[in-house]
Amino acid sequence: MSEKTYSNDEVQVVAFKLAREEYGVDILNVQEIKKLTDITRVPYTPDFIKGVMNLRGSVLPVIDLKKRLSLVEEPYSEDTRIIIVKVDDISVGMIVDAVTEVLAIGPESIEAPEAVVDGNVNGNNFISGVGNLNNRLVIMLKLSEIIGLNSEAK
Amino acid sequence: MDTNQYMGMFLEESREHLQTLNSCLLELEHNPEDPSVLNEIFRSAHTIKGMSATMGYTEIAELTHEMENVLDLLRKNQLKVNEDIVDTIFKCVDTLEQMVESIASETEHGVDVSTLVKKLVSIAKGESAPVSNAKPEVEKATNNIGVIQKNSVELNDTDIAVLNKAKTSGLQPFEIKITLSETCLLKSARAYIIMNALDEIGEVIKTVPPSEDLEQENFDQSFEIIFITSNEKAKVQETLLSVSEVANVEVNSLDIGVTEEAVEKKQEVTTAAPVTLPTEAKIAPAKAVPSKVQGPGMDKKVKGGQSVRVDIEKLDSLLNLVGELVINKTRLEQIGITHRLTELVETIEQMDRVTTDLQSVVMKVRMVPVGQVFNRFPRMVRDLSRELNKEINLTIEGEETELDRTVIDEIGDPLVHLIRNSLDHGVEHPDERIAKGKEATGEVRLIARHEGNNVIIMVEDDGKGINPNVIKGKAVEKGLISQEDADKMDDNEAVRLVFLPGFSTADVITDVSGRGVGMDVVRSKIESLGGLIDVETKIDQGSKFKIRLPLTLAIIQALLVKVHAEIYAIPLGNIDSTINITLDDIKTIQNKEVILLRGQIIPIIRLADVLNVPETNDTEGNELFVVVVHMGEQKAGIIVDNLIGQQEIVIKTLGNLLTGIKVIAGATILGNGQVALILDVGTLMQ
Repeated sequence: MSEKTYSNDEVQVVAFKLAREEYGVDILNVQEIKKLTDITRVPYTPDFIKGVMNLRGSVLPVIDLKKRLSLVEEPYSEDTRIIIVKVDDISVGMIVDAVTEVLAIGPESIEAPEAVVDGNVNGNNFISGVGNLNNRLVIMLKLSEIIGLNSEAK
Repeated sequence: MDTNQYMGMFLEESREHLQTLNSCLLELEHNPEDPSVLNEIFRSAHTIKGMSATMGYTEIAELTHEMENVLDLLRKNQLKVNEDIVDTIFKCVDTLEQMVESIASETEHGVDVSTLVKKLVSIAKGESAPVSNAKPEVEKATNNIGVIQKNSVELNDTDIAVLNKAKTSGLQPFEIKITLSETCLLKSARAYIIMNALDEIGEVIKTVPPSEDLEQENFDQSFEIIFITSNEKAKVQETLLSVSEVANVEVNSLDIGVTEEAVEKKQEVTTAAPVTLPTEAKIAPAKAVPSKVQGPGMDKKVKGGQSVRVDIEKLDSLLNLVGELVINKTRLEQIGITHRLTELVETIEQMDRVTTDLQSVVMKVRMVPVGQVFNRFPRMVRDLSRELNKEINLTIEGEETELDRTVIDEIGDPLVHLIRNSLDHGVEHPDERIAKGKEATGEVRLIARHEGNNVIIMVEDDGKGINPNVIKGKAVEKGLISQEDADKMDDNEAVRLVFLPGFSTADVITDVSGRGVGMDVVRSKIESLGGLIDVETKIDQGSKFKIRLPLTLAIIQALLVKVHAEIYAIPLGNIDSTINITLDDIKTIQNKEVILLRGQIIPIIRLADVLNVPETNDTEGNELFVVVVHMGEQKAGIIVDNLIGQQEIVIKTLGNLLTGIKVIAGATILGNGQVALILDVGTLMQ
């Protein structure tokens, strides 16, 4: 990966792995990345809500991102991380398989989701675009949809 | 100036000052001659004027300005306090409140201040209808005027000694009169800058008014300073004029006329001739300094203490951080024990004490005295008793009792309800009272005090009380209870019927002794705060409403229970008892599982099933634990695997994303950092 200076148009993205695919979220939404800790199951919640965790004294919901995206589940490993993101004042943890790096993606290398994924996952539009960095594909997530602010929050 | 960032502060401070105005005006009604009360009122009005002008609310500034004029006349005793004036000022305060609230809600207030302004102007001209209840003492009046108007710098022995010493070491004493420009908005800030400027070139010995008053903007356009410096007069003048918004500076060199005792002591100074000066400075021995202006009310002001305004959210996050600290400490403790590090363990013990203190301090910081809610009631009682033509004396006790901020915010409305009821329906008209052989003036008491982990608030009156038979009759009539039930009821139970929803309707107010206006609303509000309300009453002797509130909503006592691998917290307030049963003790009635407890049939809830707790292998044997809980009259037994123990827990929300999950009331963080969910017993039982 070539080091370069970031220009204004570029989006900086925290890239992470889910199964064998690479995903990314806007770095401005990311608050911190934590190792897997105790997560308390919460009854009567959608199954993609893994539960709640303790983040320095605050209770934070945690989403199992693979379940949310209907990917095949695997047991957690040493590399499993929780990415804490904040969207519209709501903080949420997302469990991912591994965090890879921070990427800068220029607007010209992002393709609209329709071009890539037809119909999308389960009819949801979780994907805001796909970044193509020398044939390395980074699927950009639309966080507000992931969290479920606009659809079935409960 | 961009004033938006000051908006919050402006609103809060205005409200505070309006509250002060209200209570001081009430005080003034009782003691029309107390100069300290008048001063306090003047200060508050003045501050509001200053702030609103800064913020660009000219109407508020205009109204307060006129108020100030009237108040100033009162202060100088050129006008006597009478009912008309007090009423008018009360009206002004009300109007100001309206305007401030409309600013807060960002709506047009549409309040016309012109009539009030006119009224104030006419009062200031002395056209108010004089009412006889003010009996000013003429001597005192002249005295006061003498003091206020002269306003020249009085020096006491110490000052003179300092000045003399300064003079011998070649420093020049000056008396400086500084006049700020009319348009100066932040006079205290300006005064501060002036002081700083002077400090750089010399030493300020004394100011008139004293520096505390300068800081609080408690002065008119000008103030005076006694100042010593090695610099020339011109230099002083120049320095001062360079400060902006200073309209005029008079610098006079000060010669010291020395009192006779001083002459003897300081030979060399006497040669400087004790001439009285062209300036107004006069020297008086300390005893002669009049202290009358700073009357007895002054200590009241001091009592308030120093305080800082803090956003409640910041306190919450502080509390979170302290909680996290405690958790980390526990972890360190574990490390110390497992690795047998005695030194570490000892240090952690020290730390333990500190964190415990820290935690309790943080909790205390969130506490607010109930006085904040109580202080609006004297005004309300005054207005209402006039309206109702009753004579009522409101006594408030224990206003320093502290409650959690969240509780304080909620408790106001229920109390208003209770007090209104007491005034309206409890206390009788004076003639009626006299006929009953009571004092014409009714007593209403509002009392707050601590009782264990609770705060008790009582609203008491010595009115006609509640007649249980009338209440029963009404309840039966409304179909809330059957006639048989009513017959079985004792008086206490009957009186509590007023808390039933549906009991209170308009016609009840007039027919019965009146209680019942939204009493169910009051009760549900109190209960939502985790409190209880009860009533005691005796016919013709009065009634007493007793509210019991938890100190805080943020921390509760809870029982931790284990269900398979998961831990849940059940609020102790809901728990009756815990019992140990075997599987055989569970019976079924129409396919519903129940147990018998002391002859009572109690339905049981298997928590593991209700919460879909994933099974673990280590299923316990035949023995089960049942936590018997209640909600109102209903009871239920919750079956759990194990009881962990009772613990104080800090309630936290699950966040915006997970609101409204049934059965779960919130979450808490356990000592090991794990999150445990708090059960909502109410919904669990449905």
